[in-house]
Amino acid sequence: MATEYRYIGKPIPRRDAADLVTGRAVFIDDLCIPRMLYGKALRSPHPHALISSIDVSKAKALKGVKAVLTYKDVPPDWISGLPPHRLVLDRKVRAVGDGVALVAATNPQIALEATQLIDVEYEVLKPVFDMEEALLPDAPQLYEQFTQNEFTPGCPMFSKEPFKHLQRGNIEEGFKEAAFVEEGTFSFDKFPHPLPPEPPGVIVKWDSPTDLTVWASSGAPHLMKMILQFRMPGVNIRVIGLHTGGSYGNKQIISMPTFYGAVLARATGLPVKIMLNKTEHLLTWEVRLGSRIHGKVGIRKDGVVSAFQGMWLVEPGFSSELAQGQMGVGLGEAQVMLAKCQNWDLDTKCIATNRSPGGPIRGFGGQELKSAMLPLIGLAMKKGNFDPVEVFKKNFVQPGDGYFWRDGNWWTCRETDYVKTMEEAAKKFGWSDKWKGWNKPTAVNGTKAIGVGVGVHGNADVGEDESEASCRLDAFGTATVHCCIGETGTSQRHAAQKMVAEVLQLPMEKVLITNADTLVTPFDFGLVGSRGTITVGTACIKAAEDARRKLIEQAAAIMHAPPEILDTRDGFIFVKEDPSKGMPWIAALGSPERTITGLGVYHNNFTTPNFVIYFVETEVDLETGQAKILHVVEGTDAGQIIDPINLRMQLHGSFGAACVDTALFEESVLDQTTGRILSADIIDYKWRTFNEFPPFDTVILESQFDTHRFKAIGIGEISGAPGAAAVLMSLSNAVGVDIMEYPATPAVILKALGKA
Amino acid sequence: MKENTICLSVNGNNYDLSIGTNPGEVAPSETLAQTLRETLLLTGTKVSCDRGACGCCTVLMDGEAVPSCTLLTVECEGKSIRTIEGLQNPETRELDPLQQAFIDNTAFQCGYCTPGIIMSSKALLEKNSAPTEAEIKEALSGNYCRCISHYQVFKSVKDAADNRR
Repeated sequence: MATEYRYIGKPIPRRDAADLVTGRAVFIDDLCIPRMLYGKALRSPHPHALISSIDVSKAKALKGVKAVLTYKDVPPDWISGLPPHRLVLDRKVRAVGDGVALVAATNPQIALEATQLIDVEYEVLKPVFDMEEALLPDAPQLYEQFTQNEFTPGCPMFSKEPFKHLQRGNIEEGFKEAAFVEEGTFSFDKFPHPLPPEPPGVIVKWDSPTDLTVWASSGAPHLMKMILQFRMPGVNIRVIGLHTGGSYGNKQIISMPTFYGAVLARATGLPVKIMLNKTEHLLTWEVRLGSRIHGKVGIRKDGVVSAFQGMWLVEPGFSSELAQGQMGVGLGEAQVMLAKCQNWDLDTKCIATNRSPGGPIRGFGGQELKSAMLPLIGLAMKKGNFDPVEVFKKNFVQPGDGYFWRDGNWWTCRETDYVKTMEEAAKKFGWSDKWKGWNKPTAVNGTKAIGVGVGVHGNADVGEDESEASCRLDAFGTATVHCCIGETGTSQRHAAQKMVAEVLQLPMEKVLITNADTLVTPFDFGLVGSRGTITVGTACIKAAEDARRKLIEQAAAIMHAPPEILDTRDGFIFVKEDPSKGMPWIAALGSPERTITGLGVYHNNFTTPNFVIYFVETEVDLETGQAKILHVVEGTDAGQIIDPINLRMQLHGSFGAACVDTALFEESVLDQTTGRILSADIIDYKWRTFNEFPPFDTVILESQFDTHRFKAIGIGEISGAPGAAAVLMSLSNAVGVDIMEYPATPAVILKALGKA
Repeated sequence: MKENTICLSVNGNNYDLSIGTNPGEVAPSETLAQTLRETLLLTGTKVSCDRGACGCCTVLMDGEAVPSCTLLTVECEGKSIRTIEGLQNPETRELDPLQQAFIDNTAFQCGYCTPGIIMSSKALLEKNSAPTEAEIKEALSGNYCRCISHYQVFKSVKDAADNRR
């Protein structure tokens, strides 16, 4: 039974709400620093080439230009990527849009004009755009150090030894147990773009030769600082996060723009702003990883998956920011979904091609794997004529089940059992009436066929990594939380304020939070993997509790009373049995010059995977192949709800950030001849408009999970992860034949129907 | 119109801006969005796609919702512009009921597209005080939002319209 709280679970306006609706909120492109210059990159028109000559003299001569830099002018030891492979600028360019030269000028227009005055001659090399072609012996090699274009496995930030090959049990025995076996190749490899409205941007300023301040559109300033400090040896980096215009996990580490800004700022001695425009954003920023699986799955007669074998190929284009780490999480999430399966042999490869870089986006590897893996599992379910909801109920992780997580360690699930969530959501959707069997429509009205589909996803990263916070109480009845919480739209700052106000029983407006500035806040890994609710929440709750304990003890000493009989509310300490006896905080502190600080720390823990189930009903026009979504029901168990509206909007977010609509129309369209992305502005890149949103119902259970004082679990990151596979299933059911290609455009559907 | 000057009203204030390429002047190639953001420092108007496709830069021009990134400032002679900063009551500083409805419903997440969405909604409600759901959706179909706050936005616009009656 849920506790009745003063703030927790209640819809309360965010503290920054008025700023956001009046235009006062400051985003990176709204910020100017005195004497700031504007940086711009000249970008490669070729997908693979060597720069044979470069002449910057005309650009340098342009009035207003303060610096022009090429690969000859950049530090050789600043290298980004995993493992480090991407120089600030290189003599070799590896994708259309890769950096060729950098300009700093007094305004953006001059900077742009100057890039056009740089004369470059290229020695054009043969490109490769497909991951399996890139593995062939005679394929063009992108990097000398990566033989056959295979990125070195492993992500040292996540695990000491690379976690690239999931091996458990006895795979042959697993297939012997199976009654229904299917195998084949399934791909999710159209590189859709998460496309937050605000392009990535930074302002970079050297405070001394070794001290660098970066204002960034980042939701994870400490993570960005930590990664950049490894990549810029000897530099102390301070990252200041601002209001960020959407991230979806994709604008946490603003790496290359910081490199660009830092070299230009060093060359000119002035601060430099780097803002990508929308075309640069679509062309050069990180898209979803390409994902392809050659897999084989076996299901027992009772619907339990008994064996999964395969090779998972992952393509992060020409540069991996974190792909190997995402693959580790993907392998973990596969086990969370198929937790009863004891026999695994799932190997991976991470492959470079001459495409835009692929990187972290909500769903973080798991979504890319699941989108390719679920159609395969669906075929085996079809063979056994199973209801997919029943298979998910039988296989999804429950307390006592274990999995190898991204750190390569074995973790055992506790607390979280989602069978009831699946049942409640299925009921709300009307699954038992609408599900007619595999490749069977729910209804056909003339030329319109309706089908239903379902998918599930869960992620144990909700408890990942470290968070620290301190909470300072002052004589004015104010609590100031020192914690690095960015604001990208997830309202985690608001959630932390609610939790601290609840612990200290203060009015919401008496709880303040520091800006997300790495110089003045303790470490926090950032808002990734739905971790904020548990990790940031725990650190802030513990800090507030610690401060409260010290305050009460101080008051108890003054009152010669045991601390247990005292409580505090609205900045006043009182005897529980007799609230008229007590004192304001200022009296307990003894002076307005004194404060009390409490500390809170959270440590990494992967024992409580979160969960969503995604039901979708679609309608296909059998003559045109046009498909549309009619209705969505998404179910989750969020534990205690912290904020109902923000939670619901996280579920709605499944329609954004290259999630559900990657099954219908979202893709980056590549011109195979030029290697250029043709959908590089938001007229050509397809997105769902306001008048195309279907009814969306949510089912949110509130189990009181033993996670922290408020029994909550985060779910935002995963809300769209099962959506695309669910849509494909619904389309197959609507039209009566297997639709296995993302996105299922009218052409794909008509082809499957034998009409094109 | 004075020679080499552009006169326009923004949020009730009249501006005579010199046309030219020197600092502080409006270049003939400058968009209205640039003038609002960089010359008048009204940074509530956001630029996202810079192609007139996403609606983040929407302002009202003589009451019509327009994408300020595709208009040249020099073409706005004599126009009356209203931006997100001009929605509050100038005397009382009270929020426009539409802004208040967005707050009450938390009709935003990152908030980057919010000013444009509010301005498109404002243009709709100025002309149509009781829009249907379909009319609200149609009026906002040129506004991009990727966090997906759409369902809360519909409710806010509906609430604001209902409260006017």
